[in-house]
Amino acid sequence: MENKLYTITVFSENTVGLLNQITIIFTRRAINIETLSVSPSAIKGIHKFTITIFATEDVVEKVVKQIDKRVDILKAYYNTDDDLIYQEIALYKIATDKLLQQESIEGLIRKYHIRILEMNESFVVLQKAGHYEETQQMFEELSDSIGVLQFIRSGRVAITRSKVERLTDMLNARKKHETEQLK
Amino acid sequence: METKTKISGAKALIESLIHEGVETIFGYPGGAIMPTFDALYDYDKKINHILTRHEQGATHAAQGYARVSGKVGVCLVTSGPAATNAITGIADAMLDSTPMVVITGQVGAALLGTDAFQEIDVVGISQPITKWAYQIRKADDIAWAVARAFYIARSGRPGPVVLDIAKSAQVQEVEFNYKPCNFIRSYIPIPEINPTQISDAAKLINGAKKPFALVGQGVVLANAEAELKAFLEKADIPAAWTLLGASAMPTEFRLNKGFLGMHGNVAPNMKTNECDVLIAIGMRFDDRVTGDLATYAKQAKIIHLDIDIAEINKNVMVDVAVIGTAKETLPAITAQLNTSKHTEWIDTFKEFETEEYDKVIKREVFPETGELTMGEVIHKISEATQNKAIVVTDVGQNQMMAARYSNYSQTRSLVTSGGLGTMGFGIPAAMGAKMGAPERTVLMYSGDGGFQMTIQELGTIMQEQIGIKMIILNNHFLGMVRQWQEMFFEERYSFTKMKNPDFVAIAKAYNIDGKEISERSDLDKTIADMLKDDKPYLLVVNVEMKGMVYPMIPAGGSVTNIILGE
Repeated sequence: MENKLYTITVFSENTVGLLNQITIIFTRRAINIETLSVSPSAIKGIHKFTITIFATEDVVEKVVKQIDKRVDILKAYYNTDDDLIYQEIALYKIATDKLLQQESIEGLIRKYHIRILEMNESFVVLQKAGHYEETQQMFEELSDSIGVLQFIRSGRVAITRSKVERLTDMLNARKKHETEQLK
Repeated sequence: METKTKISGAKALIESLIHEGVETIFGYPGGAIMPTFDALYDYDKKINHILTRHEQGATHAAQGYARVSGKVGVCLVTSGPAATNAITGIADAMLDSTPMVVITGQVGAALLGTDAFQEIDVVGISQPITKWAYQIRKADDIAWAVARAFYIARSGRPGPVVLDIAKSAQVQEVEFNYKPCNFIRSYIPIPEINPTQISDAAKLINGAKKPFALVGQGVVLANAEAELKAFLEKADIPAAWTLLGASAMPTEFRLNKGFLGMHGNVAPNMKTNECDVLIAIGMRFDDRVTGDLATYAKQAKIIHLDIDIAEINKNVMVDVAVIGTAKETLPAITAQLNTSKHTEWIDTFKEFETEEYDKVIKREVFPETGELTMGEVIHKISEATQNKAIVVTDVGQNQMMAARYSNYSQTRSLVTSGGLGTMGFGIPAAMGAKMGAPERTVLMYSGDGGFQMTIQELGTIMQEQIGIKMIILNNHFLGMVRQWQEMFFEERYSFTKMKNPDFVAIAKAYNIDGKEISERSDLDKTIADMLKDDKPYLLVVNVEMKGMVYPMIPAGGSVTNIILGE
């Protein structure tokens, strides 16, 4: 089986030390986390982790089961890029004089759909959202032409194309179970 | 309105334990847990605290207690080095699915993260080896955290939980209100039965000509021994057990075909690669059971019954997974089974049983000349206890011999460190086993190596008069390592030879009776003497120095590649 990029989505209760509980599962199998993004989810009190790794499907399946098994994890699942709408965001800091030397700043902005976040005498900060290849291509082009002082890319955020909302379904089932137990 | 009086966090902790039915605690006091020990002082009528001689001993004792009783074992220790000493037992309990709650003291909340005296990150260290680890920083959390800890430890696939309680939380005053926990939104301990999985499994078994079942500890943890028997009998399925599944079926049970794995019996290992339907029940296809996965049961359709979804397809890809507790899944499948007979298939086991008897067992268990062997000692003691004793082992040759040559007449009769293979497990685990099942005889087999890893627990045995029968199978070697050196390292005995103390004299210093023997003619009488009362006893048997555990499947070898000895 070949290594592919998988996106793992994890929903958890918001408790201390959860990130460690998740990362140790990758550490044990010597899997590098490519990107990681953590934020509160749409549901109050539930946090969402989006993690990308290179692995075979066999390995990613086992890893996701191990994550899902942790007591404080509500739901964990994995997807390939085909199943997802996803995005990363990148910031580029560029020397103002170098940018002004560009033949067409407008051309650059149109080509990459750039936003300018800050501009002063010494530097300009550009923002671009897109897939890895897109933000990377812009980084390479700018590096080669006028140089990039600083570059940072966020972890991936992703939304599934599927109509099934696994977390919502799980929460509903759990709510039902809890109500039945109380009876 | 009723006004509640406030109590200290320490008292709230003890009250919470009492609410959870805790009667026995294994522990060791120290700085950061002192307020709790102070509170415990007033509860000596309700809680029996056993002072071990090392925190590792406390954890193994709690494991032994839990393994024989099915209750949650409880440890109470201080911060820092006490917590790190407890780590081995916690890891052992994790790998062997043993319900345990370990409470560690922690520095005051204000000092957390400052490298304070005896501060370590217990939660961080224990996360990979616990079902749940939680730090209690305020007294308000105590009742909630304890309730949750016990629920998590005992429910579903059991395991260890660590509660790390800051000293400041122990002295804080709190209104105590205990509510047991039986629901956690993010945690599904027993998955619901899936009727399709049940009928798929039943169909496969009904169509099988050569079915074979592998029985693991999951059956014991689910208290499903009777359900297992009904299942096997209805479809006439021969079955074998993993190390932790030992005693889930009595030795005498007609369909019990023995012990699986590296030092298991020949027939069940060979038949794994001959059966047409392999039914794994509450076991996890450990590498010591499967050997080389590439050649493991390739001819068979595989059904895997387990409570833990993460075990499915982890090591062996299965055809039908049946998720749930064996207590429910086994009878559900049994209901759909045809009554059948597989006499011819079952008869084929005999050939290998005879071969193993002739080449291995006869020499090991019934020698007439030469030095004493490990197997004969175990066999004699098993007979002398009418196969009713709880057998606790250390790790190594003594463990494999004890598992192989003890006979079992009731469940929860073998307590051994299977997953982690912890030398030093024996003595403290046996203490805990005796506390958990005081009416039963508890035997503890150890080698001369493992015995010295937790030998200080003789002090606990003396103080509490814990009536365990300790047997050292003394070969003056780290026997299992020596065996590997002989077989795979050209007899280069690198640091496996041991010069041993006078073990009986040591026991005597602890006021424990004992005897050392080397002659076959002394065996029966000494065993009878050891078993005549319920007092602690140490029997040292000097056995052949270069004894070997056979059969053996070399690590990573195929289950059919079995070495039977010279």
